Amino acid sequence: MREIALHLLDIAENSVAANAHMIALTVCEDLHHDRLTASVTDDGKGMDAEMVAKVVDPFITSRTTRKVGLGIPLFKAAAEACNGELTIQSEVGKGTRMEVDFQHSHIDRMPLGDLASTLLTLVVAYPHIRWVFEYTAVAKMGSPREQYIFDSQPIVAELGDIPLTEPEVLAFLRETLEIGITQAQAALKN
Amino acid sequence: MPAIKSLEDLKRIREEALEKRKVKTESGVAQVTVAMGTCGIAAGARDTMKAILNYIETNNVSGVVVTQTGCIGMCEREPIVQVTIGEQPKVTYGKVTPDIAERIMKEHVQAGKTVSEFVVPA
Repeated sequence: MREIALHLLDIAENSVAANAHMIALTVCEDLHHDRLTASVTDDGKGMDAEMVAKVVDPFITSRTTRKVGLGIPLFKAAAEACNGELTIQSEVGKGTRMEVDFQHSHIDRMPLGDLASTLLTLVVAYPHIRWVFEYTAVAKMGSPREQYIFDSQPIVAELGDIPLTEPEVLAFLRETLEIGITQAQAALKN
Repeated sequence: MPAIKSLEDLKRIREEALEKRKVKTESGVAQVTVAMGTCGIAAGARDTMKAILNYIETNNVSGVVVTQTGCIGMCEREPIVQVTIGEQPKVTYGKVTPDIAERIMKEHVQAGKTVSEFVVPA
């Protein structure tokens, strides 16, 4: 996978599979401290300590169609190759939090990629889940942080029984996400 | 720079959609499912999904249900898209690039004709 946004999509699918009702994704690009951090937090069924230890191993998975899971180990290896790390905290019955961190300027760091597409894909496919997304940009030397926050709940509540896949709704969601993320990211280019 | 959309916009969208629904006749709901396991995502399933959503948006296609599923055990054929129209049996397509996804939307979902060259035998 060639984008951090694709890995986040992959991790979020795990949260969906864990029967989460609410899933929060965060991304922070901090040029001042030269870090790129991201997290996926869910209120799903969680894992015990033994499973957490095993989940970063490529030969452990909860899937039944095949016996190997590669998503988390690949993402972890990518972070470690860029002076970063990937950690997972989880509690059975409470949920799981995955945090990942990269050196922003590292030559091997994969691009952040298309966050808006990742979010749109998740929100449209799983409208019964509350999706919260927070993007933060910190430019160099004490400039104010620029933030964009998306919450699917007020949108889904407003729409009532109109599905998110109606063309006008899709256009609304896509534009909301694209404009919000682009505007916050613009802070990094100044 | 364009303005951020507000919930007021959404109210208007909802009213328009309700209005449109009144005139629409139900001809069997179309369901499109994109496999979005690690294998699918690595093979390009998000771009395939994006192409499907783009098609719905640009061609103003109403009433299509778009969902996702995990790995279905055919990783080598990813990205996989499944289409179900009304009560008809599910059709599974393999190696669905954004271009092929557009054809499936146009020929199968909208016109009801299976795009047989990309069908994965069950």
